[in-house]
Amino acid sequence: MGKNWWKIASVILLLYTFTAGFLTPVPYVGNLYECIRNFYFHVPMWATMMTLLTVSGINAVLYLRKPDPRYDILSESYAKTGIWFSALGLITGMIWAKYTWGEYWSNDPKQIGAAIAILIYAAYVVLRNSITDLDKRARVSAVYNIFAYFILFPTLIIMPRLVQSLHPGGEGVEGNPGLGGDSLDPIMARVFFPAMLGWTLLGVWISTLVVRYNILKEKLLEA
Amino acid sequence: MLPGRPRLRGITSGKGEILPLCLMPSNKVIQLFRKDLLLELRQQYTLYGIMLYVASTIFVLYMAMGKPDAQVWNGLFWMIQLFICVNAVAKSFLQDSRGRMLYFYSIAGPVDFILSKLLYNLLLMLVMSLCSIAVFILLLGAPMQEWVPFLGIVCLGGISLSLVFTLLSAIAAKAQQQAALLAILGFPLIIPQLMLLIRLSRYAFGEVFREGAVWKIAGLLVGLDAMIIVLSVILFPFLWKD
Repeated sequence: MGKNWWKIASVILLLYTFTAGFLTPVPYVGNLYECIRNFYFHVPMWATMMTLLTVSGINAVLYLRKPDPRYDILSESYAKTGIWFSALGLITGMIWAKYTWGEYWSNDPKQIGAAIAILIYAAYVVLRNSITDLDKRARVSAVYNIFAYFILFPTLIIMPRLVQSLHPGGEGVEGNPGLGGDSLDPIMARVFFPAMLGWTLLGVWISTLVVRYNILKEKLLEA
Repeated sequence: MLPGRPRLRGITSGKGEILPLCLMPSNKVIQLFRKDLLLELRQQYTLYGIMLYVASTIFVLYMAMGKPDAQVWNGLFWMIQLFICVNAVAKSFLQDSRGRMLYFYSIAGPVDFILSKLLYNLLLMLVMSLCSIAVFILLLGAPMQEWVPFLGIVCLGGISLSLVFTLLSAIAAKAQQQAALLAILGFPLIIPQLMLLIRLSRYAFGEVFREGAVWKIAGLLVGLDAMIIVLSVILFPFLWKD
């Protein structure tokens, strides 16, 4: 226990998400029917991705302030886990889109935003691999990480509000493009917010494991 | 200026000419900018090289597409702008040799250096944008209805593209396979601005916008540009020391 309470919380919250998410009644909205339950799995992926990429960006800033290799490993590991969560978010979204909008890919601004995020951080990984000098690699990739972060996040926030979207909150569509707000059903909120927290904690947990693995790998190379 | 370092008054261009370079602390940005400009004007092959790139790319496009309708014209125009920008800006941190870079490091600060590069690339991209629009109109026709707003949008686009790619070329210059890397790093980052620009250009093609939407998008682009300048100034000093 002690330091690991949040890992246990993550497991409990996710168990709750999976049982309550599939068993509790849901409101029938439009043509969503039962597949609205995907809301508990699709949306938290984005919350997790944004959290992980933000942690990665913060560590990049910390590295530039004080060049400690640990910050670089943290930054890299969180970014890599973030890519996986954005891929999961994209896949869960595409399956959902097939059943409600009729197409896997319908050029929705949020789909584009997700694709941009994956491309940017994949480029980050390529950039890292293309520099052999460890110190230079850490510095240059930290600069790119911060630059990309400040372009990506305004895009993710502004775009869905500007361009026509099938998601809630787009031009001519009801609702708020950010978090539920008023448009979130109170019954769903009871599962939704624990789900957000649970998935985010899981993302952080996986990232910490990746960090530990990378630090051990680094030590092995040094020895 | 470090004490005891010999004060160099000029540098030689490729042809062995001496470029006047009396760097006063107050206008280092202007002096560095002038240096780039003079180098470009004297080593004309790079400038003409990019111009030829513009002309031949658009000619190939014309051979493939003929005279497309407005929507396609718009999309193609901005894609070509993107490729021109990658090619024109890519060399901004590659043309200077290591030794010459070391000299710049000793006489100017990183902020002066990046500002002069931003200014220079901005001007270069504006010229190239105007060249490419001329060739586009000549070969692929002119489907736009509003000329003045379109020229304004093209200039804004040239500025936005050049600013983003200046810092990215500084990043890519630190890695191997610079040219390919610049495209990989830059294309996903430029998508938001490119989307806004393509959408804004539709105004010039006769699409009706909601009240104030045109200025909202233009304002957003200017805001992004300002943010990129600030980020470049903050982040470049970390790339500078090697």
